[in-house]
Order: sequence, then structure tokens, then C-alpha cells
Amino acid sequence: MNEPARTMILSRLRAAVRGVLPVAPPEWNPPALPGGEARIERLQRLLEAVRTEVHRVPRTAWVESLKPILRQRGVRRLLYAPGTPLGRSLEAGWDDGAGDLPRRIPFERPMEDCKAMVFEVDAAVTSTAGAVADVGSLVLRPDAREPRSMSLVPPLHIAVLDSAAVFDSLGAIMRAQKWAAAMPANLVLVSGPSRTADIEMTLAFGVHGPKALVVLILVD
Amino acid sequence: MPAPPSYPAKPTQVYFFATCLVDTVYPEAGLAAIRLLQREGLEVIFPKAQSCCGQPAYNAGFPREARAVARRQLRAFPRDLPIIVPSGSCGGMLRHHYPYLFAGLPEWEAAQRFAARVFEWGEFMRHVLQVRLEDRGPPLRVAWHSSCHALREMRIVEDSKALVRQLAQVELVELAREEECCGFGGTFAVKQPAISAAMVGDKVTDIQGTGAGRLVTGDCGCLMNIGGALAHRGLAVQGQHLAEFIWERTHG
Amino acid sequence: MGERPAFDFRGNILRALADGQLRRNLQSAMDGLIRKRRAVFDDPAELEALRTVGQSLKQAALSRLPALLEELEANCTANGIQVHWAETAAEANRLVLAICQGERATRVVKGKSMVTEEIGLNHFLADHGVEVLETDLGEFIIQLAGEPPSHIIVPAVHKNRDQIARLFHARIPGAPYTEKVEELNAIARRTLRQKFFEGQVGVSGVNFAVARTGSLCLVENEGNGRMCTTVPPVHIALMGLEKVVARLEDLPPLLRLLTGSATGQIVTTYVNLISGPRRPGEKDGPRELHLILLDNGRSRILADPELRQTLQCIRCGTCLNHCPVYVRIGGHAYGFVYPGPIGEVLTPQLEGLARAGVLATASSLCQACGEVCPVRIPLPDLIRRMRTDGACQGPGGPEDGCRPPLWESLAWKIWALVNTHPGLNALGNALLGRFGRRLPRRGPLAAWSAVRTPPRFAPKSLHALAVKEGLPHE
Ligand code: SF4
Repeated sequence: MNEPARTMILSRLRAAVRGVLPVAPPEWNPPALPGGEARIERLQRLLEAVRTEVHRVPRTAWVESLKPILRQRGVRRLLYAPGTPLGRSLEAGWDDGAGDLPRRIPFERPMEDCKAMVFEVDAAVTSTAGAVADVGSLVLRPDAREPRSMSLVPPLHIAVLDSAAVFDSLGAIMRAQKWAAAMPANLVLVSGPSRTADIEMTLAFGVHGPKALVVLILVD
Repeated sequence: MPAPPSYPAKPTQVYFFATCLVDTVYPEAGLAAIRLLQREGLEVIFPKAQSCCGQPAYNAGFPREARAVARRQLRAFPRDLPIIVPSGSCGGMLRHHYPYLFAGLPEWEAAQRFAARVFEWGEFMRHVLQVRLEDRGPPLRVAWHSSCHALREMRIVEDSKALVRQLAQVELVELAREEECCGFGGTFAVKQPAISAAMVGDKVTDIQGTGAGRLVTGDCGCLMNIGGALAHRGLAVQGQHLAEFIWERTHG
Repeated sequence: MGERPAFDFRGNILRALADGQLRRNLQSAMDGLIRKRRAVFDDPAELEALRTVGQSLKQAALSRLPALLEELEANCTANGIQVHWAETAAEANRLVLAICQGERATRVVKGKSMVTEEIGLNHFLADHGVEVLETDLGEFIIQLAGEPPSHIIVPAVHKNRDQIARLFHARIPGAPYTEKVEELNAIARRTLRQKFFEGQVGVSGVNFAVARTGSLCLVENEGNGRMCTTVPPVHIALMGLEKVVARLEDLPPLLRLLTGSATGQIVTTYVNLISGPRRPGEKDGPRELHLILLDNGRSRILADPELRQTLQCIRCGTCLNHCPVYVRIGGHAYGFVYPGPIGEVLTPQLEGLARAGVLATASSLCQACGEVCPVRIPLPDLIRRMRTDGACQGPGGPEDGCRPPLWESLAWKIWALVNTHPGLNALGNALLGRFGRRLPRRGPLAAWSAVRTPPRFAPKSLHALAVKEGLPHE
């Protein structure tokens, strides 16, 4: 580490703030939302407004609900995370012989060993850690079993969300899930498929990340 | 930004702060403003030692010179009377910037007290005098120009417009880009003439598009800029200060 | 920062004003951004409250900046992030180069980052044999065109679709000519996918760094930021040291302000919170993550109680969007990385008054910028301060590089003299009344009269008329 730079900078900064009274950071609470069903409706409305397809599906039959979506989109290779609860139920509900279903492709090895595969699949299905209703975001916490590129590289991202994990606001989910106590290496809020308006401010979807986002909300 | 002023009860006497542009280029606007105050029964006092609020030098980056001139104004209005200013921009200087200009100096308290006595003319007419205007002029379409400091510093544009709206025969039309600066900006017009010219050019086109026969504003800096550009383009639209316009519509 | 051609503000302005296409492109883009911002902040009272929170959060962080940076460093280090400090642009560039060379990397993919523009990273790396590819679509476009960004949020805003169509066709092998935005995007996607795949080092900026958790927050819409920070084996993040905030809980209001002000979105497509490189057992993410903390003049800015507010900036760009000068001359005219009102304030402080002080003349002080800044930076006051410093009248005495033009200093001295002596003032008014309409149209009056009739000085000043009217005077 370049120690001299560090020392010099810090000493200048200390001199600069000497005598400045520390300002207490204020609290901010976004306008409260109605709870329950209205909260999920808001999430759905906001996601749909950014070209996201949202389906509410029965908790125990989500794999069945997924199949027509994949068929309809012509998905041939589906990336998934083996060893996760989602992965297990996907495996259990998959008839590998059925010709019209995509091939399941497990993300099993480090990226370096399967980069081409990750860049070639048509879709990936991942879990979510919850959602934020007031701004319409999914919260993803990729980990060892469910790598971060799953929700990034394939053109179609399917995210499975538990309706019980929809929170009012970002602040609310941070507190409830105690983010500050243990941050994962990578945590990402996702609100729609990737997009840009860099050409003539014209909104276009599907730039570098997924071109499409499908959210399955598990309900009882 | 400080809280909006609390308005006093109607006084019997007020000071008039002409501003340098009204003094030298638009004295008839100043006279109209004074007459309208008098018509409401006020005695208007015109301190002789007054000159300029100091804003030109202040905004150009010459606070020493601005302070010298401002100090003079602090002394020129000694009694505890409202100070009426026919300009949102000069009003903003007196009300909002004097306390900064004298921060940490012995005059600071005087500047604070002075600032609290300052009212823009239209603001005072509406809130303190609560005037009722009777329109005696022929039907006329009028475009309104909001000076930036009237809009964002003094926040009195609604007061000015409310006065115009009291005139029964006057149709007030909005500019497409009402809140955009006309490009005057004091020395800006001189230091960045090309940008300033582009801005006032667009403003004039905007005014032309409304079909208004008159351009009314509460600030003589903007008036000199826009009015000059209107005239330079040979347009028939006449620029006028709010006070003079109201005097013309309601007098005789 | 390497040599650059001399900065010709006047020439730049005249060229920009003469470019009608530029004007139209900018006007429609800025109108759109202003509209969208207004739509997302539809409750004025809520917005004002939020702006106050944003201002206080940034001021709170700045008031404890050294402590927060040490905390950030400690927590980042605990998270496996390698933290570096750079005093200058040159030092930051050398740090990045050294990391690339250590990896034998020659291909860098980069997300949108103003601080890397500030230090001139691309040129520096290119000069040392490392190719940097811009991956944000707007940045990619202007990199193809060999131009710097013209806006801090929408860097290619000065170009319209046919200009971009021609550019892609000419510069991207195999790209067909198309003016369809979707197809242009698709071409960029194809081209850049390959580059992400091959990239050896990813470079990004940082929007906010959270001291308490050692986390880097990056917002973006395209997914290129995620690509740059996920796919290559090494990720280097650069941040100006004013970007640190205390806690995770500080992020929600700041994110609202940033995205709402920048693009009128309630949230961006991606909000990344990165708290370390790939952890043991993880299958992707960079093996190494470096964070470079850049001073480059910021500690000096922090020392001035008024100028310190410059460091509250969250680079949302909305002061540009609302600026009547920016919308007419565009970002390139400002000659440096940061254009518009924030550029008029920041650039003279970074580059010195002698080189960049003139930028502060490009404002009518209309206050549109100050009214919208999400963290309540009093931009008009700071622009005035730059002028004051430039005239050697700053509160701390004459500044480095200040040089008041002789004629102007003299003019203000005379002005002050006249306006403090009623007798002189009366004489001056009488003279103006008498001869003012016949003043030769030279100097300032020539500039004025090019598009306006000259001021018509009244034969009798209001002072004189007031006496005539018999007004009481004191
Ligand atoms: S100065 Fe304020 S408005 Fe301008 S970019 Fe910075 S935060 Fe945004």
C-alpha cells in the first residue's frame, strides 16, 4: 500500500475538518405503503411498467407454471443452481425426456471452466431474497450455489420471489434481514430487464444484461 | 433560503428604493410605482443618498466594492419603515444577500434588520396594501416575464401575476418557457455576449409566439434586455415594467 | 493529466452556438429529462424534505471524512478488498496500470465513471499498451467517435441517431447502416458481449461507499456495470474520497435523490452492493478487488467552509439539465470533464483559477441549478465565489492564479465611488441623461447592441424627478 499518500491525505483531511462540528445524520422514512395485497400489487405494477412479466403462481406448483413460459419463449437451455431448494424442486419436476422442455443445465463449476456455456444458455432461473415494493425492485443475493452471473449473462432471467418476502422499502428490508450484520460479496437490486436510453433518450430494453425478466411470485 | 416574510400591517409611511436602473433608464416606472403607493394613502419617502443595491459588483466577484455601496444603502434608510423595491432582483439582493455580504462584519446586525424591512413592490401592493385594481384600459393580451430572482429568490411572481389578473380587460398569457432566464444576468450579458444573445433571442421568439401586444415584467434588467431585443428585431411588442403598466391601466 | 490543447472557451462557445443540430439534440433531451424528473418527484413538499435529508447526510459524512475513510478502509480490507490511496490523478493512473501489469492484462473493460474521466485513465493506459473499452452504451459511442463525454449522465446526448448510425457503420466491422434504435443497441450488445467475455480487468466508479460495512454501491441501467464487476478476474473500483457515507441506511434516500434527479427513475435497473471479491466456494465474481481512493484536490476543497459544499455532489447531472447555458452550448464547450454549473464550480478548484476560472462567467446566476440540486449545493453562490476568488477578493485573500482584469477592477472602483457619493451620482446621472444615448458602441456596449437596442438613458433620473414631484426625502 502506498503509505505516504495515505498519511498525507488523512492528515490534510484531519486538518480540514478540525473544528467542524459533526453533523448528526438524519433519519428518513419514505411515505408508508398500504400493507398486504396492495403492497404486492404495487410491486407488480412497477415491475410491469419496466417491461417485466409477472406471474403469481402456487408455491408448490411453480415448476409447472414455469414450463409454458419457457415453451412459449422457445428456451432450449435453462441454467439453474443445483443444490438450492429451487434447484431441487426443478429437478424433481422436470421430465428430461419431454422433447418440448428445455435442457436443464446446472451451474456446477467455477466460471472460468464454463464461461462459454454461461454465455450461451438461453435462460436462467434464480431465487430472490425478497423485494422492495415502493420502488419495485427484486433483491438478489447470489452465493456459492447460485452464482451472480446467472441473473446477468443469459438473455432471459426468471426470478422466483416469495410473496412473504415483499417489503415496503429498501430501508425496511435492510433492517428486517439485518443486512449490515453480514453483507454478501454481491447483493443486487434488480428492477426490470437491462435497458438504456443513451440514443436520443429513446428507451430500449436488453442492452448488456438480460433482455427479458420474468418474475414468478409464489403465493399460497 | 430564509422563511417567507411576515407581512406588517398597513403603514402610513414607506421608503422607496428606486434601484439604479429605474433611476437612470426607467424613471417613469419608478414614478408609477410611487404614485400607486400614494394612491393607497401612503407617504412615500425617497432618500436622496440611495444609489444601487450593489448586486452588479457582488455578482461579478467584487464584494469589496459591493460592500462599500451596500454600506451606503444601510445608512440611507435609517428609520424603521418598510423599504419598497420595484425589482425582484434588487429585492433579493437586499433581503437575502446583504446578510451574507456582511457576515462576520460589524454591520451584520444592521444588514439583518434592513433585510427584514425590504419588500418587492408588487408583493407589498398585494399582501400589505391588499389593493383592488380597476382596469380602465382597452382589451389587451399581455405576456408575463418572470425574472429569475423574483421567481427563485423572492418568490413573488404569483403576487405580480395576481395584480395583472385583477385587470379585467387584460388577458395574461404564459410563455412556453416562462421559467427560463432571459439571458440578462448583469455582467453576464457583457462577459458572455454570445450566450446571452442566444438566450434573449429565444425569449423574444417565445414572446412573439404568444401573440401578445405587451411584455410585462417586474424587473428592469430583464426589461432592458428583452425590450431592447424586441425593438432590435423591429417587433411591435412593447416591454413595460409592471408598475408602469398598472398605472397606465388604472389611472385617469 | 497529460497535455491538452489550450482551452479556448470563447471559441468553443461560438462553435457550439453555431451548431443548430447540437442545439436541437440537447434541447429535446434536456426537456425530456426535466419532465421525467418532475414526474418522479411529484410531491414538492416530499422532495424538499428529501433534499434536506440528502444535504445533511452528505454534510454529516464530510464532517467526519477522515474517520469514515479509515473505517471504510478497515472494513473493506476485512472484506478482502485491497485499498489504495492516490493523492493525484497521476498516482491513481499508475496504480491502475501497476495492477493491470501485475495481471499481464492488456484488455480492460470499463463501466461509466466520471472519476476515470477526471484522471484521464483511458489515455494513460492506452499509452502504456493497455486497451480500455468503454462499455456503457453512451460512453461506447463517444469512444468510437474519439470524443469526451458531453454530459455526466448521458455522455452521448449531443449525438442523434443518424450520427450514431453513421459512426457504427464506419467504425464497427460488419455493422450495417441502421437508424433504428433497437438495432443500434443490438449491434452494441453483440460487440460488447465478446469484449466482456475476453476482458481481463474490469474498471468501475463508485456512487457511494458504505464505511460501516465496507460496501461499494454502483447504480446503472444497462448491466454493463455488473458485467465489468462480475466477469473479469480482477475488478478495480475508483472513487473520489468524498463518496463515502456512514451506514447502509444512508443509501435509500441518497439513491432516491440520485436516480430521480439523474434520469427521473424511481430506481435504476441495477443497484449493486459489492462487499468483496469472490468468496471461497463461490463460482464467479472477480478473484481480486481493488479500491482506489482519490484525493486530487479534494482535501484542499474540504478545508474551505464554503467550498466544502462542492464535495456534497452526487454527480446526478440535473444542474446541467436545468441550465439555460448548458442546453445552448453543450458539455464539450466547457473544455474539461465536468460541464454545466457543477463544472463551473468544481473545475476551477481542480484545475486552478488561471486555467479554468473563466468557466464561472458562463452563468447568468439564474439559480435554476441551485433550485434542483438534490443535495442542496448552493451552486449560484459557489459560482459567485469562483468569480470572487478569480478577482483576488476571496475570503482567504488572493488565490493562486487569480488575476482581476485591470479595466474591470478599475471600472468597479469608479462604480463604487460614484455610488457612494450622492453628488457624484447625481452628476453621473445627469451626464448619462445628457449623453448616454450617444455613447459610442464599443466594448460592452458593442456586445450589447449586436442584438438589442442600446439602453435609453432618461433625460432626468428618478432622483431628479422625485425632487420635482416634491417627494419627502431624507
Ligand atoms: S451539483 Fe447537485 S445537481 Fe449538479 S450534479 Fe452535483 S448533485 Fe447533481
